Amino acid sequence: MSLSDVGEILARLIEDLKKKFGDKILEVNVEPKKITKVLVAPECIKEVAEYLKSEWALDYIKGVTGIDLSRLPNMAQEVLEVIYHVGSLSSEALKAVTLSLSTKISISDPVMPSLTSVWKGAEMHEREVYEMLGVNFKGHPDLRRLLLPEFWSDKPPLRKDYVAPGRER
Amino acid sequence: MAKEEFKSLEVYETGPTLTFSMGPQHPGTGHFRMVITVVGDMVVRCDPDPGFVHRGEEKMCEYKTWITNIPHLERPAILDSAGMTYPYVLAVEKLMDIEPPERAKYLRVIMAELQRICSHLYWLGLMGVFAGHATMYMWCFGDREYLVDLTQLIGGQRITHSYFVPGGVRNDAPPKVPRELVKDFSRYYRMILGKDYPGGEMPEDFRKYVLAVCDFFDARLDEYYPMLLDSPIFIYRTKGIGILKREDAISLGVVGPVLRGSGVKSDTRIDEPYDAYPYIKFNVPTMDGCDSYSRMMVGYYEMKESVKIIRQAVEQMPEGPVKLKQHPVTIKVPAGEVFASAEAARGQCSFYIRSDGTDKPYRVKICSPSFRNLIAMPYLIRDVRIADIPIIYWSLNYWPVECDR
Repeated sequence: MSLSDVGEILARLIEDLKKKFGDKILEVNVEPKKITKVLVAPECIKEVAEYLKSEWALDYIKGVTGIDLSRLPNMAQEVLEVIYHVGSLSSEALKAVTLSLSTKISISDPVMPSLTSVWKGAEMHEREVYEMLGVNFKGHPDLRRLLLPEFWSDKPPLRKDYVAPGRER
Repeated sequence: MAKEEFKSLEVYETGPTLTFSMGPQHPGTGHFRMVITVVGDMVVRCDPDPGFVHRGEEKMCEYKTWITNIPHLERPAILDSAGMTYPYVLAVEKLMDIEPPERAKYLRVIMAELQRICSHLYWLGLMGVFAGHATMYMWCFGDREYLVDLTQLIGGQRITHSYFVPGGVRNDAPPKVPRELVKDFSRYYRMILGKDYPGGEMPEDFRKYVLAVCDFFDARLDEYYPMLLDSPIFIYRTKGIGILKREDAISLGVVGPVLRGSGVKSDTRIDEPYDAYPYIKFNVPTMDGCDSYSRMMVGYYEMKESVKIIRQAVEQMPEGPVKLKQHPVTIKVPAGEVFASAEAARGQCSFYIRSDGTDKPYRVKICSPSFRNLIAMPYLIRDVRIADIPIIYWSLNYWPVECDR
C-alpha cells in the first residue's frame, strides 16, 4: 500500500471523528510519514476509543506511551500525556495505518479511565505507564507494579523531576 | 533437624491449590519469574512477573545524545541488535527528514535478515533442548557460527554491532573475505554436507561468499525438518499445546511468529515497507494451527524466506556510498514526534520518539515485541500441565531482557 493511500484513509478517519465528536476532539496532529495523533479530553477518551474499535475496526493495540510534558518549552502547566497507538488487523485496507489517540491529564491528579475494556491487550501497557509515570487508570482489572521492584519508594522514574542517581543533567 | 523438632512443625492446610514461583533462577527461561497456581499437575493460573533485568533504557535515552543512544539501545536484544535499533534509526531519519543511500538500504536489509536467522536458530536450538532433543541444539549452534561470522565481517562485532546510524550504516562491507574464514568454512562445509563446494575453491569475493553461505544454510534447513520438526517426539510435545485463537491474538496485540502462527498474515516488512524491502520478493509464512507447533513452523519457514531475501539483496545491491555524512555525536534533531515500526526477529518493534529540538531525545518509548507477546502468556499457560510450561513459554520466543528493557 502506498503512502498516499494511508494518508487518504487517515484523513477520512479524522474527518469522520470531527463530524461525530465535534468539540470533544481538542487537537489533531497530522504529519505524513511521522504520526497521526488525535488529542481528546480524558472524560471522553473511552467513548472515542469504542467508536474507533467498532466503526473503524481499529482493534490492534501497538503500545501505550506516557510522557511527562512539564519540561517542554512553552508548557504552561505541568501535564502528563498518555498515548494509545492502535492499528487494525481485521481490515485489510487499514493494515498500514497507525493512529495515536492521546489525552492530557494534570500531574497533580493523574487519573484517567482505563481502556482495557476496549483493547484487552492494553492491560500490561497500562500497568507499565502506572508504575513509570504514576497514572492511575480507573477501571483497570489488575493495576499492580510490573517492571519496578517491590521496594521502590521513590517518584515514578519516568517523570522529569526524577533524576537517575549519578546522572544529573 | 532433630526428629523431635520435625514432629513439632505445624502442617498448614492450603486447600487443593498450591502456589509457587517458577524462576527467576532459570530452567531455561532467562531471568523471569512466573507465579503459578496448580491443582495437582494442572496449572489454573499464571501470573508473569518480569522486571528482573529492567535497566531503564527509556530513562537512559533522555540522558544520552541521539547518536550515543544507538549502542545501548541494542543491549535489550543482543541476538537481534539490528532489529532492535532499526525502528529507532528509522524514526530519527523521519524526524530529520533524510533518506539513506541505496547501498546502505540493502546492507541494512542483509544485516537485519542475518540477525533474524541467528535469533531464530537460537530459538529453534533451545526449543530442541526443551523438547528433549539435544541434537538440534548442537546443529543450530554449529551452523549459526558461520552466520555470526558473516555479521562480524560486515559489522565488525559478533553480536552487538551498532551498525545502523541515521542516514546510512556505519561502514561498508569488505570486498574480500579473510582467507582463514574461507578455509574454515569450506572445512565445515565438507564435514557437514559430505562433499566439496561445487566448483572447487570456496570464493573469497564477499558477494559470492555470502551466496555460498546462503546455499549451505538452505541445504541445512532442509535437514532440520526431518530432524526436529517432523520428528514424533517434537510433534507430540508441541501440537495442540498452547492454543491462541486468531481473535485472541489480535485483541491481545501479539506480534511476529506468535501472531502469524495464529493465522494472521501481518508483517511490517510487507504492510509498511521500509528501506530495500519494497524491491525484494518474499512470502510471509502463516500457519493455522494456533498452537506451539505452528509458531515453531512459522519460525522455521521465516528462516527460509530470510535466506531468499539475503540472496536477492546481495545480488541487487548497487555500488556507492553507504552513509550521507559522518554525524558528530552532538547532532540536533528537529522538534516533533514520530512513531516508527520495523519487523525485528521476534515481531514488530515500534518506537515512539519525541524531540524538543535539542541534542537529546525528550522521550523515547520502546514497544518491544517480547513485551507485547508477554500479554498472551497468562492466557496460554492455563489449564495445561506443568511439563508443558517450558514448551509454551519458549514457543512465544520470549526474551526477558527485551521485555524489561
